[in-house]
Amino acid sequence: MDTDKIYPSPSFSPPVVQAEDLSCVFRTPKASIAALTDISLSIPAGQMTAVVGPDGAGKTTFLRMLCGLIAPSSGSLQVLGYDASRNAQKIQNLISYMPQRFGLYEDLSVQENLNLYADLHGISQEVRKERFERLLEMTDLAAFTKRPAGKLSGGMKQKLALACTLVRTPRLLLLDEPSVGVDPLSRRDLWIIIEQMVREERISVIVSTAYMDEAERCSCVYVMFEGKLIAQGTPEELRRLTAGMCFEADVPSRLRARQFQAWLLDQPDYIMDAVPQGARVRFVVDEKFRHAGLPFKQLISPGQISLDEKNVHPSAPRLEDSFMFLLKKNEASSSILPPPALSSHGVSFLEEASETPAKEIVIEVRDLVRKFGDFVAVDKTNFCVAKGEVFGLLGPNGAGKTTTFRMLCGLLPASSGYLSVAGKNLRKAAAPARAKIGYVSQKFSLYGNLSVMENLLFFGGVYGLTAEELKKRIAAVLEQFDLLGHEDDLSGDLPAGFKQRLAMAAGLLHQPEILFLDEPTSGIDPLARRLFWRRITELAESGTTVIITTHFMEEAEYCDRMLIQDAGRVLSLGTPGEVRAQGEAETMEEAFIGIVEKARGIGKKESA
Amino acid sequence: MQSLLHLLRRIRSLCIKELLVILKDPSSRVVLVMPLIVQSILFGYAATYDLTYVPYVVCDQSRGEFSRDVLARIDGAGIFDRIATLDNAAQVENWIYDGKALLAVQIPPDFEERLRSGENTSLQLILDGRNSTTASIAMGYVAQMVSDWNGSRGASSPIKLISRSRYNPQLETRWNIMPAMIVTLSLMQILILSALSVAREREQGTFDQMLVTPLSPWEILVGKAIPPVLVGIVQGSLIFAICVFWFDIPFAGNLGTLYLTLFLFTLSVSGLGLSLSAVSKNMQQAMVFCFVLTMPLILLSGLTTPVSAMPESFQIATYVNPVRFAVESIRRIYLEGSGIADIAHNFIPMLAVSAITLPLAAWLFKNRMA
Amino acid sequence: MMKKFLVRLNALTVKEFRQIMRDPSSILIGLILPCVLIFIFGYGLSLDVNNIPVAVVMDKPSPVAQKVFSGLTGSRYFSPCWMSSMQEAEELMRRREVDAILHTASDFDRRLKRGEAEVQLILHGADSTTATLIQQYTAGLLALRMRSELDMGKRPVSPTGSVEVVPRIWFNEAGTSTWYLVPGLVVIIMTLVGAFLTALVMAREWERGTLESLFVTPAGRAEILLSKIIPYFLLGFIGLLLCLAAARWMFGVPMRGSLWLFFLCSSLYLLVALGLGLIISSLTRSQFLASQIALIVSFLPAVILSGFLFDLRSVPTIVRAVGSILPATYFMEILKTLFLAGDNMNIILRNSAALVGYIVLFMAVAAHFTRKKLD
Repeated sequence: MDTDKIYPSPSFSPPVVQAEDLSCVFRTPKASIAALTDISLSIPAGQMTAVVGPDGAGKTTFLRMLCGLIAPSSGSLQVLGYDASRNAQKIQNLISYMPQRFGLYEDLSVQENLNLYADLHGISQEVRKERFERLLEMTDLAAFTKRPAGKLSGGMKQKLALACTLVRTPRLLLLDEPSVGVDPLSRRDLWIIIEQMVREERISVIVSTAYMDEAERCSCVYVMFEGKLIAQGTPEELRRLTAGMCFEADVPSRLRARQFQAWLLDQPDYIMDAVPQGARVRFVVDEKFRHAGLPFKQLISPGQISLDEKNVHPSAPRLEDSFMFLLKKNEASSSILPPPALSSHGVSFLEEASETPAKEIVIEVRDLVRKFGDFVAVDKTNFCVAKGEVFGLLGPNGAGKTTTFRMLCGLLPASSGYLSVAGKNLRKAAAPARAKIGYVSQKFSLYGNLSVMENLLFFGGVYGLTAEELKKRIAAVLEQFDLLGHEDDLSGDLPAGFKQRLAMAAGLLHQPEILFLDEPTSGIDPLARRLFWRRITELAESGTTVIITTHFMEEAEYCDRMLIQDAGRVLSLGTPGEVRAQGEAETMEEAFIGIVEKARGIGKKESA
Repeated sequence: MQSLLHLLRRIRSLCIKELLVILKDPSSRVVLVMPLIVQSILFGYAATYDLTYVPYVVCDQSRGEFSRDVLARIDGAGIFDRIATLDNAAQVENWIYDGKALLAVQIPPDFEERLRSGENTSLQLILDGRNSTTASIAMGYVAQMVSDWNGSRGASSPIKLISRSRYNPQLETRWNIMPAMIVTLSLMQILILSALSVAREREQGTFDQMLVTPLSPWEILVGKAIPPVLVGIVQGSLIFAICVFWFDIPFAGNLGTLYLTLFLFTLSVSGLGLSLSAVSKNMQQAMVFCFVLTMPLILLSGLTTPVSAMPESFQIATYVNPVRFAVESIRRIYLEGSGIADIAHNFIPMLAVSAITLPLAAWLFKNRMA
Repeated sequence: MMKKFLVRLNALTVKEFRQIMRDPSSILIGLILPCVLIFIFGYGLSLDVNNIPVAVVMDKPSPVAQKVFSGLTGSRYFSPCWMSSMQEAEELMRRREVDAILHTASDFDRRLKRGEAEVQLILHGADSTTATLIQQYTAGLLALRMRSELDMGKRPVSPTGSVEVVPRIWFNEAGTSTWYLVPGLVVIIMTLVGAFLTALVMAREWERGTLESLFVTPAGRAEILLSKIIPYFLLGFIGLLLCLAAARWMFGVPMRGSLWLFFLCSSLYLLVALGLGLIISSLTRSQFLASQIALIVSFLPAVILSGFLFDLRSVPTIVRAVGSILPATYFMEILKTLFLAGDNMNIILRNSAALVGYIVLFMAVAAHFTRKKLD
């Protein structure tokens, strides 16, 4: 094998991937599902390429086809000059692939995992030594070489998986949603490594992602939707699609960011997208107003709100804006994506006074400690959450936020400290107390082989709803979460966005006072995230308290207050504005990284 | 009252959900029923120590009237198939050695002579002892026939043994094995169903979801135990029907007693399964535990070999084995028609297993750290 | 080329061994369960019934009658208890405290003088195997008694001579069931490790997505399959050695054939079982289904249908046909011969040929289904 030959120079090299009319159809006994339809593209060598798209767009199928793991149903696919269906093994010798589930052996240690892949790629001992050193240093795993992969945190697992794919320099590196469920710090580190590899070893990278800021780092972006390629180009070219449509508006003083954003979203005729950002709300107007100035007069401005020209600032388009634009344009013909409903439930909150001075405390945590053996997972944590608040729990992987979360829900006893949720400690409380809370876990825990309706009947039933109540509530949540028409679908077959909505519906059947959400948006595309937060805003308006964890820092902007934890300690507690101020940063992500790194730096100095 | 209604409603929806999870998928319904039917019929035929076909060879060195007479008796018995008639005794070895014949009958040259002169003589039987049970049963048949032949010639023993058998007049092994299958065949599946029910939910994260609902650990336990018990009882009924209608084994007992035993048995097995489930980390472990547990439970239940033939220490160990007492009870109910009073003492070990494992499982649900 | 192949194979095999060492369930099934089974099969299971409780009722006790039953007391098969009335004895039988009742009527002595005495044997038939054995033992005992009477020349029994059956049980002179249960155990343990455990671990790789990563490396399916076969083959071999040692030193089962043949044939069967395990896992790709199917198609039939406990000659043709599809049946025949009879090349060659056929078939099918594809 002469796979270790010198790579052709990028300026003159043929494309790494060349697809023509590529299609893939999965045949099940009941139906045949078109996962990919007529994809034609040519991906140049030596650069980073992103494949983006909502759930079920066919990104994973496409990457698997590139690896030769799935044969095309029709059309042709050349990877590194080899035909993917006939010469799969030749391709597999040259590329590296990191699947969504990482593919690490959890019983094996970090070093053993690395050795295994080095052996499989036939790396000689001399080369290996140097390479491992460099990889371990880049991934910060040098101190953990003996730890079993199963015992690493999510972020470390992901870096190890990346290291395993880089034991030798692949001609082409394929990464399938590498940053799902990974905190901003690990995500940043990951990209540093990838960019370094591209720069130094000139490998070609194809990455599928739901994070538009990641796609923005790539030289070329392919947007997929329902198995079709709907747009392609450099980030700059794609950004231009929404040029002249993007604005930022100051949040009116009497409103919260999310209320203002919701109000904007509820004007679909004028506003295509809105999202809180920093102290402002960013929005994209409908295409018909491009360069035409803002349609201020047409926008309904009930009561106190006024969208004033002096409060609105034009903004440079971002990839996410264009992505949303593309999706909304395509969804008209689509059945998968839900309509941007909700406007009917909308604006009611604006009539109420949004400031309620006497705040009733529903969650109180004092000096909460949780130890696992010698390891202190949560250390002397204090915070309160008022009724109707949206409270965010943030922190890097392994910071203790899941432990805190589980203690609040009563799934884990506290080692010491005081804990009260709705006036009770849920660990000891009787059934009625637990009926006051709703819980949506990380994996959208549903019974996969039961239908949507059966799942709802079960969750309603265990909350003791009578047949009539249940019927009424199910009808209500089906509508609220846009699940009508899917009652008999198996929940396991639903795309991630649907699962999330169903999990939310199940968690809200009994109209809980407090809703716990554990990473409800991980692995969910931006469009679905928007709808998700629109619903959360509505819930908060109706007085439901929401506790939420997330790795999307911009989502922290939706919260009333938030808590940043690391190594079990509280690093920051306050409104998004206060946290940004503490981190001395414009965006939440920068603030978060700043705060955590500062705290870690201090920790290191202390121990030194 | 209101809260009791609430409680029943919660448990009911949990049971419905559990049953749906088990039965929704057509292929899992097939997995629950088909192997059971095929196995019980297959094993019903295969699991027998009764011989119906014995290939044998003859080396008749006497070739007289008497030897022909004796051999005719053996040939005429229906189960002995003479596959070869040999000339000299040395050939016998090969037939037995190659496993072609189960036994060889060797008649000495002076057979006729001695009998005529009123002397006693012998008939040599060479048996393949690679399966010693089969060998000794075949030997018994031949001995019986020869003794009958002696009798017909007036050379009978002064004492005749007249045997009658209660509860199983033909002494068929099937009558012994099949009723025991009612519990042993469903054991594996009840155990796996109950063990996986919690392990699966843990792995998929739905168990946490369930723990935050108003369901108490006890309610979860009841909701989780009822479906495997139901499945076990249905499976037991299926095998029971096969025993009665396919194999025509007469049922001497009372259906109520049978189902009470079946219920207690399935309950104790579900308890075992749920405890296993609560201690295992994932589905794979739960399955492995089940499997490792099933083997000794079945082997030491008296299904294939009598408990009384085990050494003392093993007999004591079987007291923790609910399968042993279920097998014993079911056999007695089925064949002897025993009533509750006769077998009530067998219920104690099964109840004890339930009384330990069920609360243990409930406690583990809540207190085991993930 | 070859060298790289070996490096990859070695890496994957070492990985597999590490996983075995670290996964309690592999150790549990691969080593602990075999030990438990050896223990149970060797000591716990026996078809040889001793000390059967028997009630003896003599309506009119007499020295003659007592002499007839005197053999019971000394016999290792029986533990007699003397009852005075049939009711009592029947009650004991109903409570299953005795397995049989021996009964002589009050006219026993008188009829014995006329040479037509009867001894009644009432068996508890629920356990038919024990009952059959009791019947045989009793008949033998009575015959023995009579013969000793005759030998003492007390009374002529019949005008003509009678024929006595002299049995010789070959290969298992003492007729102990351990001798054929332990070889059967070898089959069970091989099936356990080969089919069940292998199906489980391979299905785990499918389920956890680790195969997806392996597929996109230079490792071909030959390495992937071999790296599963080698470790579990060795694990199975350890089980084999355990069984052999136990058979030899714990239970005194002879090994009359040659050890080489024993190891060779066992290796063949182990490969068959491994092939089956690999097929099951790549077809199901789910641990739960794989273990269920492995159990149903390989394990249970190996116990019941292979001729391990029950003689296949007496079952209906269809059931026998099912039995003869099973590789375990062929291996069982080889083992029984090797352990108890010796190197009978006829039997060994015939059955080994069948095993080799299965290896070729199963490995080809396994390779076919373990394509490096996910659809």
